[in-house]
Amino acid sequence: MDFGFVLSQILTGLSSASSLFLIASGLTIIFGVTRIVNFAHGSLYMLGAYCAYTATESLMAILGSSLGFWVGILLTAVFVGLIGLFLEFFLLRWLYKSPELFQLLATFGVVLIVQDLVPFLWGGEDLLGPRAPGFKGAIEILGWSFPRYELFMILIGPCIWGGLWLLFHKTRWGILVRAATEDRETVATLGINQAWLFRSVLFLGAFLAGLAGALQLPKEPANSLMDINIIAEAFVVTVIGGMGSVTGAFLAALLIGLLQAFGILIFPKITLVFIFLVMAFVLMIRPNGLLGKYQTVETYSKQNEGPHDLTFITLPRIFITLGVCALLPLGLGDFEIFVLTEILVFALFAFSLNFLMGFGGMISFGHAAYFGLGAYAAALMTHHFQAGLPLALFASPILPLIAAALFGWFCTRMSGVYLAMLTLAFAQILWSIAFQWVALTGGDNGLIGIWPPKILSDRLLFYYFALSLIGFVFILLYKITLSPFGLLLRAARDSSKRLSADGVHVGHLRWAAFLIAGASAGLAGGLYSFAKGSIDPHILSIPLSVDGLSMVLMGGIQTLLGPLMGSAALTFLKTTVMSLTENWRFFMGSAIVFLVLVFPRGLVGSLIHVFALRKAARSEKTERSS
Amino acid sequence: MYKFSSAHVAALLVAVSVLWAVVFSVHHAAADDLKLGDLNSYSRFPTFTEPYRKGWKLKLEEINQAGGLLGKKLDVETRDDGANTSDAVRVAEELVSRENVKLLFGTMLSNTGLALADFAQQKEIIFIAAEPLSDALTLEKGNQFTFRVRPSTYTQTAMLVDVAKKLGKKRWAIVAPNYEYGQSAAKAFKALVTEHMPDAEIVAEQYPALGKIDAGATVQALLLEKPDAIFNVLFGGDLAKFLREGEDRTLFKDREVVSLLTGEPEWIDSFKEEAPVGWLVTGYPWHEIQDPAHKAFQEAYQNRWDEKPHLGSLVGYITLSIIAEAIEKAGSLETEAMISALKDLELETPIGKILVRKEDHQATMGAWVGRTKIQNGLGVMSDWHYAPAEDYMISAEDAAKKRPAP
Repeated sequence: MDFGFVLSQILTGLSSASSLFLIASGLTIIFGVTRIVNFAHGSLYMLGAYCAYTATESLMAILGSSLGFWVGILLTAVFVGLIGLFLEFFLLRWLYKSPELFQLLATFGVVLIVQDLVPFLWGGEDLLGPRAPGFKGAIEILGWSFPRYELFMILIGPCIWGGLWLLFHKTRWGILVRAATEDRETVATLGINQAWLFRSVLFLGAFLAGLAGALQLPKEPANSLMDINIIAEAFVVTVIGGMGSVTGAFLAALLIGLLQAFGILIFPKITLVFIFLVMAFVLMIRPNGLLGKYQTVETYSKQNEGPHDLTFITLPRIFITLGVCALLPLGLGDFEIFVLTEILVFALFAFSLNFLMGFGGMISFGHAAYFGLGAYAAALMTHHFQAGLPLALFASPILPLIAAALFGWFCTRMSGVYLAMLTLAFAQILWSIAFQWVALTGGDNGLIGIWPPKILSDRLLFYYFALSLIGFVFILLYKITLSPFGLLLRAARDSSKRLSADGVHVGHLRWAAFLIAGASAGLAGGLYSFAKGSIDPHILSIPLSVDGLSMVLMGGIQTLLGPLMGSAALTFLKTTVMSLTENWRFFMGSAIVFLVLVFPRGLVGSLIHVFALRKAARSEKTERSS
Repeated sequence: MYKFSSAHVAALLVAVSVLWAVVFSVHHAAADDLKLGDLNSYSRFPTFTEPYRKGWKLKLEEINQAGGLLGKKLDVETRDDGANTSDAVRVAEELVSRENVKLLFGTMLSNTGLALADFAQQKEIIFIAAEPLSDALTLEKGNQFTFRVRPSTYTQTAMLVDVAKKLGKKRWAIVAPNYEYGQSAAKAFKALVTEHMPDAEIVAEQYPALGKIDAGATVQALLLEKPDAIFNVLFGGDLAKFLREGEDRTLFKDREVVSLLTGEPEWIDSFKEEAPVGWLVTGYPWHEIQDPAHKAFQEAYQNRWDEKPHLGSLVGYITLSIIAEAIEKAGSLETEAMISALKDLELETPIGKILVRKEDHQATMGAWVGRTKIQNGLGVMSDWHYAPAEDYMISAEDAAKKRPAP
């Protein structure tokens, strides 16, 4: 390896670091001030690339290639910034008062909408944009050709970083934004108009995402997979840097860019999993990222007053619910029963996630890891050991249990978004293993031929089989929630410091909750693979984790029956819309946005809230009359 | 403070009951029609799947204008497969149990293709895989209900190696996306190199993540080993990034590149005037094929849809042609009769005579091999020839050995 090559590889790493920083800076700024985990940031980036294509194409014809290109890039960034503003105005600002995760769910709805909007507006083909005028071709560095545009990209990163530093440290606006990042309430008390502060921050963040997308155009054609491909990486860089820290994001981007450039020389197959390994490693050493500050606010404090149905749900009522579930499939066809089975299976998945989130106070962005592992455990038992359904289903919670023990040990050391991001990292690592270990898992083709035995091959019988298992686990989870352990867990969620002071080992409590949630999700996964007959790495992926989150949130976090309602709503919606139209992502996204706006406590949560209001009104009346 | 009103409850109830009514009450199935179900990744990969759908729709209209099949109208229900196996299986279940379709066809991704093949076996219904390339579909994972139209990864790699071996290059590099298709293409290439180019060696291998190539670093890593020639499996956005970086960093200067699928209009069109020049590729030179049968197809397609045919169009057209021919031969859509009709089915298509082999249920549709060039601002193929699949696919005896016992 000669020196010229090493230098050239370093420059390549620096260039990709710049790209990463551009996309991550906007994300981290938005999070720092508004606490919104913006899943739609990748969509803004994609819109940036598409808009830049249209803008440069038309402007280069009018203004000449050089001026037209750069004006086009700038206009695009401003335009995408305005889209961010639009999102804030019509969607996000209505959600500042609902639980934090609702904003995440809303932005996920936006992701789905944009995914269908883009092919509608620009067509399905990849759009290869122009090369940057003035930066075509390459220069020679010690015998190695190096593209001029990459050199330009290397410069743009530090420029943006410097510009942001000046903006945040030398302008009044920047000082206010930093103050709001530190302590929102105090800033509000001082009479600062927070709404406009938030709005301008969203504009800036979206502007940066648009700029990142537009500047990507000379390197990559605008295509409809850009959003999904970038979002995980953007999160990783943001988290490694420390959420909210621009300088941290800059350092993290450098770290990732350089490690990646040399990593692929040594391990060419490691590309998929690489950045997640780096993230897990960094978080283990620095639980708040490189430059992140310790989160002073307890993440769940705002939701602790949220509605719950623990007093409403009793064992007889659970049996009535199960009875209704048993009556539902009568008289329906195979397909409808199949959908009902899916609803039940996802309900168990959502129950387990809700146990972790709603009662344990630990947000997981990677719960699909346990669901998927359970499914793979069952499928692998069937495939490699010719085990029957009982043995395969028995194995399905065990593998996730082991994984949960391992991951939980690391995750329970952190809190809030960092915990969520670490769960995401672990899920992505498992996903990459399933994706790449073709000999064992079949790679992206997955495993097929996982059917229940003849006796259960009838869809109705399988439904009852699943119902009895899931009902049993649900009652178990219900009992655990109400047990002393469950009470302690909720106490740890509401005030972990006080509980620690009382001599309870909060870490162990949370770890146990991880194990329980992991094993139940695993059983759901096992049932799922037998219901479908085949699985692929999709069931370990981010979209499935988000599905789980959506179900919990749509149903009502902290409620026992919420997950069932959420699963029913989401699965039913998807099934219906998918059989009616190919633009199902658009309608799903719109439906999620609609539900989030109309039922900010989730379906069951809102219902309980109404009951509570009625009850309060009634007791007030009786008090007055007496 | 947020107030919750009974209007919200009412809205929810109305929404749910409307949905319930739409989904669970409408049964469209008329029992005596010839009804088929098609599913593909229409919303995720429209570039490839829309031409495919236009292809079979053209054939469907031709059939019904000519009076249908067996005196009945042919009907096709079409759905999005969600581009993953779990959605695909649910949609297939819907097509089979609610729409009462008697046969499934479609898919382009290997994972949905394999999952549906398995589903077909479980449900004892025929599945004609149109576009998935995975070799396993008709070999290790093959079953008696599943048939495939397009030539597999191995077959297309073999077509390329047959031309590549004449280049006399010794030092080869491989770049392939890191998933099953990329890995099996690389594996097939390595095996074929050992067999046909004994003095050649593989000096570099790069497997960037699908859709996430770090193109600059990948190009550098290849340059480091100074290969004489490159075998490329990248496509789509990854290939576009790789092309620009490789061009700037002189990767392609004085090097032969042999590339899978790159000559298909679906992929090469998006590169416009920056399409690679002089690469050896498989693809579809639709504008130059002079065969009268193909000319007729091309004109009919362009008249009907007002756009040029893509490879997907041809695959869609041939897929439905195979099904229609089998229905005529079987005299019904009954599964048993259809399976025996499909085995050793021979038919005339726009690209000549095609056979559905009885040993591995694979159609002998071939591919075109040639060098790329730029013409009118678009990449096209030149010096091409049609590579008949029969000459390159795994032999019928070997295929039969690889398939699981029925």
